[in-house]
Amino acid sequence: MECPANTCSLLETRHLKKYFKVKDGLLHAVDDVNITIPHKRTLGVVGESGCGKSTLGRTIIRLLDATGGQVLFNGEDILKYGRRKMKAMRRKMQIIFQDPYSSINPRMSVAEIIAEFMIVHNTCSSRTAAFQRAAELMDTVGLARRYANVYPHELDGGRRQRIGIARALSLDPQFIVCDEPVSALDVSIQAQILNLLMDIQEDRGLTYMFITHDLSVVKHISDEIVVMYLGQCVEQATSDELFENPMHPYTKALLSAIPEPDISMRTKEIKIIKGEITSPINPQPGCRFAARCEYAMEICRQKTPPLLLQPHVVQKEASEEKHFVACHLYGNGQNQVL
Amino acid sequence: MTDKLLSIKNLSVQYKTDLETVCAVNNITFSLKKGETFGLVGETGAGKTTTALTIMRLLPAETGRITEGSIEFTGKSMLDLTEPEMRSIRGEQIAMIFQDPMTSLNPVMSVGDQIAEAMELHNKDNKTKEQIQARVDEVLLLVGIPSSRKFEFPHQFSGGMKQRVVIAMALACEPVLLIADEPTTALDVTIQAQVISMIRNLRDTLGTAMIMITHDLGIVAQTCDNVAVMYAGELVEVGTATDIYTSKDHHPYTTGLFGSIPNLRSKARRLTPITGLMPDPTKLPPGCTFAPRCPKKMDVCEAEHPCAWRNGTHLISCHLFAGQENWRKEEA
Repeated sequence: MECPANTCSLLETRHLKKYFKVKDGLLHAVDDVNITIPHKRTLGVVGESGCGKSTLGRTIIRLLDATGGQVLFNGEDILKYGRRKMKAMRRKMQIIFQDPYSSINPRMSVAEIIAEFMIVHNTCSSRTAAFQRAAELMDTVGLARRYANVYPHELDGGRRQRIGIARALSLDPQFIVCDEPVSALDVSIQAQILNLLMDIQEDRGLTYMFITHDLSVVKHISDEIVVMYLGQCVEQATSDELFENPMHPYTKALLSAIPEPDISMRTKEIKIIKGEITSPINPQPGCRFAARCEYAMEICRQKTPPLLLQPHVVQKEASEEKHFVACHLYGNGQNQVL
Repeated sequence: MTDKLLSIKNLSVQYKTDLETVCAVNNITFSLKKGETFGLVGETGAGKTTTALTIMRLLPAETGRITEGSIEFTGKSMLDLTEPEMRSIRGEQIAMIFQDPMTSLNPVMSVGDQIAEAMELHNKDNKTKEQIQARVDEVLLLVGIPSSRKFEFPHQFSGGMKQRVVIAMALACEPVLLIADEPTTALDVTIQAQVISMIRNLRDTLGTAMIMITHDLGIVAQTCDNVAVMYAGELVEVGTATDIYTSKDHHPYTTGLFGSIPNLRSKARRLTPITGLMPDPTKLPPGCTFAPRCPKKMDVCEAEHPCAWRNGTHLISCHLFAGQENWRKEEA
């Protein structure tokens, strides 16, 4: 925003690929994904289970080793970093996991869990200082200090997720991957955690990558949204633009599949996608959604559609409103490649 | 009154262990007509599943106790039935779809055999093996699975397909009442839409009554005729779908639930969640169970348990409605 073009993004991936070797061949979990997240913004990543959104998040922070491509953090390719440099780097990027039950050590007390990263990374002068800081973090995330010495099993899911958030904040990161942080929680608790994440972002100027399968959640928290299908990004636009003007047939179907809490919508026609996700193992060239797509044409089965900038949207608004779609329906030769 | 299929009156269920007593369901009353879809909404631990298990008489024998109340199914008291009598109802007249399709199927039995199993057990009109197999093909087709796949095993099916198999099993004996306990929670949105539209079609074609247990107000809006909102083992608000979704009068908990769901069409970024947590069911507060979290709490709320107030079909248990115009006290 304030900064000149190309330098204002905190994180960028270029042709990022992650393949897993499985019995039947190569599973293309993340296939040539290009995303850009500007400073202090939230990029939402949506898709169904198995579309590779978690793998993308983990590959970006190098919990998984990428098969190819680049991950640029402040312009530097962190995939080339050695062990020591990467350890320092990890302070700047953290992750909040989906399942607050299995992502924290059940044999450590709440204060120990939150202080652990600070002790490992030596960011505090002493253990006492680390525990002092842990107590402050508990205030930040709304955990009463009396829970400092209890164990995770004594707490409910919402409070456990707060531990996960406090732990992720403990090293003062710039960037946090939120991997379905609210999916395991009840609606009333989910709203509390979403508000907390938004408050923290405002206070500390954090950048989020928010991974979720829940479209209504992603709309609330994201500035920009990427829709993934079988390891590829099929549509990318600002949050409002995507919900007002979805273009890819998959995005349209996803949006219409959400049951809305409004009885006047009962008559709404639901676009039911026939069939289920095809196998991501050794995918054939062509659009990966073609087998389920009602508009599928001959070309869809032969050529993978590139992610293209949609011209009419650019004209409508300034550079803020960019809308990218990977679909042959919209490729008329005048579009520019991302 | 005669078309009542299921009628539950003042039902309370507790789980008793040596250490503590969990009051899972407290004094709930509702009824269901033939062909009606009834939504039971609430958060984890509200007692929704316990209610379903009580109707099916599947409460854990060691700890679960029905402390008071009655359940009548087609005019008969369910609580007086012997276990063999109950067994003949379970699966044949009342069927249940469990939340997790991965764990409610037998991994070492082909899906066709699993669907046939219930029919063989309840084989009253002496169907032959061929007739049963024909019916298996029929129900598989009904839920959209090619009958050629009936020899396959659960692990060969995806999550959505497994849930369809579970639904096919439940439908095999043409039950009059189907209890669906979070049938789509484990599924993706697109698959959820498929399953819900299928359930809707089946209900319309077969006329099965249904209790839909869910925490998703969206699903309830799309499927249910009547809705009950459950909180800490109590039904805090009951009404038709129109009452719940369009009326301006609500229990503060229902208002909170609606405020917590991210709305697709609202521009507001912040949500308005309910503060605090559901009370511990071993130590329920003496007055209104929602009082500790309620933004409209009054002094009376902590002292006295609210009774139900009725306005037409709409029923709310909250002190706010005492003495209000149009709201009459509901006799227990």
